[in-house]
Amino acid sequence: MNRRGFLSGAALFGTVAGVGGGLALAGCAVPEDTIPSRGGALRLGMTGGSTSDSLDPRTFVDWVPINIGYQIMNGLVEIDAQGNAVPELFQSWEAQPGAIEWTFKIRRDVVFHNGKTLDADDVVYSINLHRGNTTSAAQGAVENILDVRKLDLTQVRITLRGGDAELPATLADYRLLVAPDGFTDWANPIGTGAYKLETFEPGVRCITTKAGSYWKPDAGHVEAIEVLVINDAVARVNALISGQVDIINRIDGRTADLLKRNKHFQVIRSQTGQYAVFAMNCESDLYGNNDIRLALKYAIDRERIIKTVLNGYGVAGNDQPIPRTSPYYNTDLGQRLYDPDRARFHLKKAGKGGLDVTLQVSEAAFSGAVDAAVLYQAAATGAGVTLNVKREPADGYWSSVWMRAPFCASYSDGRITVDGALSKAYKSTSTANDSRWRRPDFDKMANEARAELDPSKRKALYAECQRMIHDDAGALIPMFMDHIEAGTSKVQGWKPSAIFDFMGQRIGEKVWLAS
Amino acid sequence: MSPTLRARPPVIVMCAAVIVVLIVGAALLAPWIAPHRESDFFGVVWGPPSAANLLGTDNLGRDMLTRLIYGARNTVGIATLTTAIAFLIGVTSGFVAASVGGWVDTAVSRCVEILLCVPVLISSLMVISVLGNSIPVLIGTIGILESTRVYIIARAVARTVTVREFVSVARLRGEGLAWVICREMLPNALHPLIAEAGLRFSFIFLFIASLSFLGLGIQPPAADWGSMVRENAQAINFGLYAPLYPASAIALLTIGINLLVDRFATSQARPGGHAIEI
Amino acid sequence: MGRLNWRGSMSRLLVQRAGLGLLTLVAISALLFFGTNMLPGDVAAALLGQQATPEALHNIREALGLNQPAWWRYLRWLSGVLHGDFGVSLASGRSVAGALMPRLGNTLVLALLAGVISVPLAVGLGVASAMREGGIFDRLTSILSLMSISVPEFFIGYVLVVVFAANLGWLPSLAMINPGMSLGERLAAITLPVMTLVLVVLAHMLRMTRSSLLSVMSTPYIEMAFLKGLNRSTVVLRHALPNAAAPIIAVIALNLGYLVVGVVVVEVVFVYPGAGQLMVDSVAKRDLPLVQACGLVFAATYVGLNTIADMVAILVNPRLKIPR
Repeated sequence: MNRRGFLSGAALFGTVAGVGGGLALAGCAVPEDTIPSRGGALRLGMTGGSTSDSLDPRTFVDWVPINIGYQIMNGLVEIDAQGNAVPELFQSWEAQPGAIEWTFKIRRDVVFHNGKTLDADDVVYSINLHRGNTTSAAQGAVENILDVRKLDLTQVRITLRGGDAELPATLADYRLLVAPDGFTDWANPIGTGAYKLETFEPGVRCITTKAGSYWKPDAGHVEAIEVLVINDAVARVNALISGQVDIINRIDGRTADLLKRNKHFQVIRSQTGQYAVFAMNCESDLYGNNDIRLALKYAIDRERIIKTVLNGYGVAGNDQPIPRTSPYYNTDLGQRLYDPDRARFHLKKAGKGGLDVTLQVSEAAFSGAVDAAVLYQAAATGAGVTLNVKREPADGYWSSVWMRAPFCASYSDGRITVDGALSKAYKSTSTANDSRWRRPDFDKMANEARAELDPSKRKALYAECQRMIHDDAGALIPMFMDHIEAGTSKVQGWKPSAIFDFMGQRIGEKVWLAS
Repeated sequence: MSPTLRARPPVIVMCAAVIVVLIVGAALLAPWIAPHRESDFFGVVWGPPSAANLLGTDNLGRDMLTRLIYGARNTVGIATLTTAIAFLIGVTSGFVAASVGGWVDTAVSRCVEILLCVPVLISSLMVISVLGNSIPVLIGTIGILESTRVYIIARAVARTVTVREFVSVARLRGEGLAWVICREMLPNALHPLIAEAGLRFSFIFLFIASLSFLGLGIQPPAADWGSMVRENAQAINFGLYAPLYPASAIALLTIGINLLVDRFATSQARPGGHAIEI
Repeated sequence: MGRLNWRGSMSRLLVQRAGLGLLTLVAISALLFFGTNMLPGDVAAALLGQQATPEALHNIREALGLNQPAWWRYLRWLSGVLHGDFGVSLASGRSVAGALMPRLGNTLVLALLAGVISVPLAVGLGVASAMREGGIFDRLTSILSLMSISVPEFFIGYVLVVVFAANLGWLPSLAMINPGMSLGERLAAITLPVMTLVLVVLAHMLRMTRSSLLSVMSTPYIEMAFLKGLNRSTVVLRHALPNAAAPIIAVIALNLGYLVVGVVVVEVVFVYPGAGQLMVDSVAKRDLPLVQACGLVFAATYVGLNTIADMVAILVNPRLKIPR
């Protein structure tokens, strides 16, 4: 396969989860300067930071360090606003047939903050931070990599265990940031990013300033970036309204509507495929019966939850993890609706007149989980299901309830690739398989699809994967939740994200302030 | 204080009594007087007051008045029980420690100090992980945690009373510890203790809510007033009154109870025959 | 009792209480350590979250020595502390003292300001209320202060922010203080949190002052003092207050302790970098050395305040020292 052919293939089908981009729903049509202006300090008010944060990419699990990471360092591959995998420090790539062996070309003339020029050793070192005997949270994400080898100063070869036609998108993982070979001083990280670290007070704030000339021609506009950690939602909105920050992340639907009415503010909404899930343990006696699972899937009123909890900022889930915005979305599956009669039908088939189950939830699972469960409870009553809602402490939820309780709330971020979404929680080998749904035929089909370089064949295989999850799996996926962020109308060049929020957390180098 | 003031019919105290009676009545009769069922949904979130929903709707579109009436049950019920437990433990141990003194005082005081010093976050998480999460556990936890505060105050009050002459006289007469505490010390310490009880009762409303937030508490869809304030708090940003209804309910009950307590304390504070013993 | 003797017995009490206080602290540290250790999950699981792979979990546990038995880790920690070394944070690898000290300073500044304002205010209003029992002033003070404890502290914070920061724009909504700020800017930044805290603790101290005084005022010897023709303020301040002081002092100590230990909610609402948030974060991450350090500081605060309260009560009312 020649490289151009493959690259265009990658451009068309290289991505999934966020494709279609978000819907820009600015409060008013903010007139956009076409020529970015330089200078000024950008102040971000963010949730997702804690006093235990570190700037070692191996520890990245929350949004504040990830955002700071992208200010200081670059990734190997970037996901653009349309959701495509596009070059960053990897300038180009090509795959051998079977998508097991890949060659990546490294961008030349990129210089670290300490003056060193980027080469293959740095890239190999940075990827290997997450492989083998590591403490990295990204270990699972790069598990499929068998070997990373330097070919020469500007080329590396990556060999996989199983074919992956979308490896570049996989390599866009936010933890795969590039540091110089042998680098260990993570208190003072060095990268090739537009900004260098000035102050970092974990869980409080971080200041970075422009690090000389940046290799990306159209990025790194502002002179300095200040990230303030504001975990309280109301405090975040107040900080924006009282002018102490320029942009905030994670606002709720009602606040979004409120801010949209004010011309000083703009609201950006992204559909990135993050979803809520109520997971049923398919290995338990009760939920092992698919009719019970189906009854519970029909007993929930998704539209009401979206309207009440999300204020409409979301899309009904169809009990499978691929969002409508993905080109791989299976349009043949009918949307599952609230249908008390069908729920009763399945209960009867399972030999039950009624059902009494307990759903364990916590705000730790996703914001609004307890409210969603209470609404589910009310709807389930109409289907003859007594649903007891048990609110669990947010503290320790992922250790003591998730993966242990037979029926509990959980959450997933959007994934860049379909394979990312499927292997997170639906393959037999997934460490986060919270419904314990294990189907060897599914695993086989998903792996076959991943290695399939023919887009239409891959699409058909992935459509079948979605059908299997929809019909049979233990995941009740009530909704996909939008990311909503807000800022002053002064901020320009700001677009919806294809993945995560804040332009895939790269907002720092992308936006500028109107003078 | 002038006797004339006390003789005048205290209108404000009557109001307080009416409020407390109304709230307790609402709590007891909730299923009969609430306009709707506890988890009926009306669709509109934070809807304005209307004929169907006199106080509008809450953060999930449920009738605010109904939720307040049912919330009174949990709030008043649990607060009464826990206040009683906290005072039973706290006052008894505080008075015993103060009147016996010596190593008993030291030992009990240090134990209380240890309990007092463990942050509520950690102690409540420990309770959940060992005892699980249920209303009796909630009541026991609040009762014991609050009893440490009550102990500190009860001990301080008792210390001042125990050095007064009539207590020494009673001891010289050879009265037993229980008799001295119940007959001599308690009546003279009643005023601050009752005032503290009134406040503790009110503090517990909010304590229930913060424990619910940590995950130890009343399970949804049941509600308590403190949690209702928390769930609706955000509406304040939109200029909506939703959180003010449960907050006002708490305020009314707090003020009502404490004014009644003041009245009761004042009427009890006159030492009876003890003056003779001096 | 001779003056020298008196001083001797007070210092003996102080030494005794200090010794017991140290024992209390050791007991609390053990309770915190094993209590937190008992909670579900550990630092490795908390750090990796949903993305944990068994290998990565194992590697973190190995690197941090979590595979050793809990009692061994506790003893190691204890011996470190006895040598003045509070260890390093498990989650971030930074020194515990370095992480805690600046935040503790912030917390103490906030607590001190709130205390300096609220204690005299509460006692003053309480005395004034007691002198005018049942009057308009008394009722109004009671009702207003009771209203302030009827709403959760975070809600008081929200309301103050909506009024003073979002609508009037007089004060910043965030109480972030940075090294580069002037004194005036710092004061402006922490005005709203201090106001919130004052409102939160005022009522309790005020009501206790009032009722403790009233309880003493109805005793015969006070009525005797009135009959002797002494004026009201002399009777209240000279005769009633010393006898009413012990419970007032106890309540003040409790509330001052609360100002140091319990303000995490206010820290969250105003984004103030205090020790409370550090404690909450370290509990969430099961970062035991940090939990221990915060817990000890908080415990020492309570123990110290209680000791001081006992001693002040004796100073104000020397009869309390009579051996029983």
